Amino acid sequence: MPAPVITARDLRKQYEDVAAVDGISFEVSPGESFGLLGPNGAGKSTTMRMVGAVSTRTSGDLEILGLDPNAHGPDIRSQLGVVPQADNLDTELRVRENLLVYGRYFGLPRRTIAERADELLAFAQLEEKSKAKVDALSGGMKRRLTIARALINDPRILLLDEPTTGLDPQARHILWDRLFRLKEQGTTLVLTTHYMDEAEQLCDRLIVVDHGRIMAEGTPAELIRAHSSREVLEVRFGADRNAEVAKRLEGVGDRIEVLPDRILVYSANGEAELVRITEAGLHPITSLVRRSSLEDVFLRLTGRSLIE
Amino acid sequence: MSAESPRQQATDAPGAPRPETARALAAGTRPRRFGAWYVAEHRFRVMRSYLQTMLATGIGSPIIYLYGLGAGLASLIDAPVASQPGAEGVPYLVFVAPALLASAAITVATEEFSYPIMLGYKWNPTFTGMHASPIRPGQIVDGIVISVTVRILATSAVYYLFMLLFGAVPSPLGYLAVLAATLGGLAFGHLLMAYVSTLEQDTGQIALVMRFLVLPMTLFSGTFFPLSQLPWFLQPIGWVSPLWHATELSRVFAYGYPEPLWLTVVHVVVLVAMAAVGWIASRRIAARRLGR
Amino acid sequence: MTAPATTTDRTAPTGGRGVASLYAGNSRAVMARGWRATRSSNWMIVVSGFFEPIFYLLSMGIGLGALVGEVATADGDVSYAAYIAPALLAVAAMNGAIYDSTWNVFFKMNFAKLYEGMLATSLGPLDVALGEISLALLRGAFYASGFLLVMQALGLNLSWWALLALPAVLLIAFGFASLGMAITSYMKTFQQMDWINFVLLPMFLLSATFFPITVYPQAVQWIIQAMPLWHGVELVRGLTTGAVHWGLLWHVLYYAVMIVVGVVFTTKRLRALFLD
Repeated sequence: MPAPVITARDLRKQYEDVAAVDGISFEVSPGESFGLLGPNGAGKSTTMRMVGAVSTRTSGDLEILGLDPNAHGPDIRSQLGVVPQADNLDTELRVRENLLVYGRYFGLPRRTIAERADELLAFAQLEEKSKAKVDALSGGMKRRLTIARALINDPRILLLDEPTTGLDPQARHILWDRLFRLKEQGTTLVLTTHYMDEAEQLCDRLIVVDHGRIMAEGTPAELIRAHSSREVLEVRFGADRNAEVAKRLEGVGDRIEVLPDRILVYSANGEAELVRITEAGLHPITSLVRRSSLEDVFLRLTGRSLIE
Repeated sequence: MSAESPRQQATDAPGAPRPETARALAAGTRPRRFGAWYVAEHRFRVMRSYLQTMLATGIGSPIIYLYGLGAGLASLIDAPVASQPGAEGVPYLVFVAPALLASAAITVATEEFSYPIMLGYKWNPTFTGMHASPIRPGQIVDGIVISVTVRILATSAVYYLFMLLFGAVPSPLGYLAVLAATLGGLAFGHLLMAYVSTLEQDTGQIALVMRFLVLPMTLFSGTFFPLSQLPWFLQPIGWVSPLWHATELSRVFAYGYPEPLWLTVVHVVVLVAMAAVGWIASRRIAARRLGR
Repeated sequence: MTAPATTTDRTAPTGGRGVASLYAGNSRAVMARGWRATRSSNWMIVVSGFFEPIFYLLSMGIGLGALVGEVATADGDVSYAAYIAPALLAVAAMNGAIYDSTWNVFFKMNFAKLYEGMLATSLGPLDVALGEISLALLRGAFYASGFLLVMQALGLNLSWWALLALPAVLLIAFGFASLGMAITSYMKTFQQMDWINFVLLPMFLLSATFFPITVYPQAVQWIIQAMPLWHGVELVRGLTTGAVHWGLLWHVLYYAVMIVVGVVFTTKRLRALFLD
């Protein structure tokens, strides 16, 4: 086992009387793709900012690349690439200029930066936009430029905070493809997301965070196995009948979850449960059998859905 | 564990410092030393995008003010202007030119230390971006100060050249007025930057500062007429005004304005103190705001 | 001041669309929105604009006045404060109108995308233009009335003609508001907007505001006389100092033309931008 690149022990961050991060411990190994999954306000971004050595922790231990961020902020940040939740590209500069000025912040020689900028523009599929104004880029392009900018220093660790929030499906897939390539090249990825499909796609291992605490930890498959069934049956009886029908479904499946618009039946065999329901004389308006996802894990752990 | 990158095989020799730690420490040295200059470089590049406006105002305003007031107002004011009743006077143009110079420096400082600071913290949070790199918050402030100082110096120098062309500088030490004006710009500008840095949102505070601070300062700081012309209860405006101190200092250099030496020293001390306080406060606020 | 509705005929491209496609007779809705927005956000700034000319009057009138003494005008000597006060009044009207019709409009057009939304309703471009211009006008009128009162209190209104300064100031504000909005509708970047200030500054300093333009060579005088502010300053100064003569009507004509040109071009431009 190589030494972890990030070690957090009982990490806390207190804002006035709110504990944004309330005792989180985890480790990230080199080359790993590590995710923080949770709803908005769970403390993911705050954790990321502490790992990014820009926000000072209130208590606990944090070590990044063997260094304490309190004393070694600049040194740690020299090895990080950061893709923040809201793009903070310089809109007064053009696309390529954004990479050039950012590279200088790492004290890199101008020639090295210029070469890397061209490579990264190609990587981000933005070569034709190199002289464009930042404001003229689409949301997906801005994100890719932000990722390119985060890679200008050839970072050991790439931190991505909600990398695809607000992007359309096509732009998301382009972005995921780029992140896969980085992963293949051995870059350590740490990302937050509230999309379970994104977590399943990109993360080797993840922690589920809520109210500043870790609810569960593992690979996506492990989490699903531990906290959900193999399949889920979704049935709808109409918004006003779901709760009433749910009472009559006791004993069906391993577990039932009643949501405002539908009922979820957790079971190893969804089709079989549907047959049992119809045999009981209940006829849902629609029904759907699907594989369990991280969304179900989250629902199980917190009693809430990820996107509310 | 998925990836087998060459990086991770090299790691993990217990006892010895880890290679990635050593690499980080090495990569951190240059930004620690030169970070402020990198920020200044960035600002210069941004300034280049409004170079036209900068040149036009930098050259246009001295011409308009020196010609407009020199030829215009001066024609109404035939008698020499003296700072104190009874003292020896100078022509109006010579009197007003150093004040216009100081005022131009403060105008540039106001422009650069107001909205661009709000921009960097909030509207287009480039400061957050800088802080995610090895740059420290204090270095961001330093870098902005460096770049704006250069711009104020350049603007003041151009202004000074036009003053020479208009024959408004009798003293051979006149060029020192450029430094006095720059110091005045920084004194006010740093305080303004500290204030703007504390704003979470601009709901018109900056515009109000312009109206109720910058404008009265320009009008009541002994700029267009000696402070002694004002009723006694308005004169304290001048004493706390960086523009007044900068103007008086510029006058000392530009035409040997008669004032006691201690007062000249006071001008310098006040301006330096304001600049220092504003600078330190800005650095502290930056560290607090970006490190939340 | 009523809106010159007749001017709309000229902007109608074909008989078929006519005025109806441009004007729904509801510019009040646009004004009401602007008034609401002002009240809820930046009323302090609006109020603060009132103090600007007063600061100038106090500083220049008291401080500089002591150095200058009396100023000779065509109708005899007046005190320096009485000389600059009407000019500052005209400037106040200009500033109030310019702010609302340039920066404000620029922001609404390019960032808030407000007009796009308005023109998607039954409102026509002329409603928007007149509504915005009227709002700017109101603001100019507010500054001007306040300043006139201050002048009265300081004894700087030398004649009963000064009462007519109020409509005169509205005319000036209307002229600047309509032309300002027309020019703004062609602007695309902040840098271009800076050029507006760049024109305003010399106009403010040189249009016989603080000293007579006779100190300049003839060529410079002509340039100044071609600019709008000089006409406003002369008009208002004639009224407040009581030096009234038929020649003042030329200044009124200048503003009438400016208003028409401004409204026509604003309407044209808004239609080209958002409706065609």
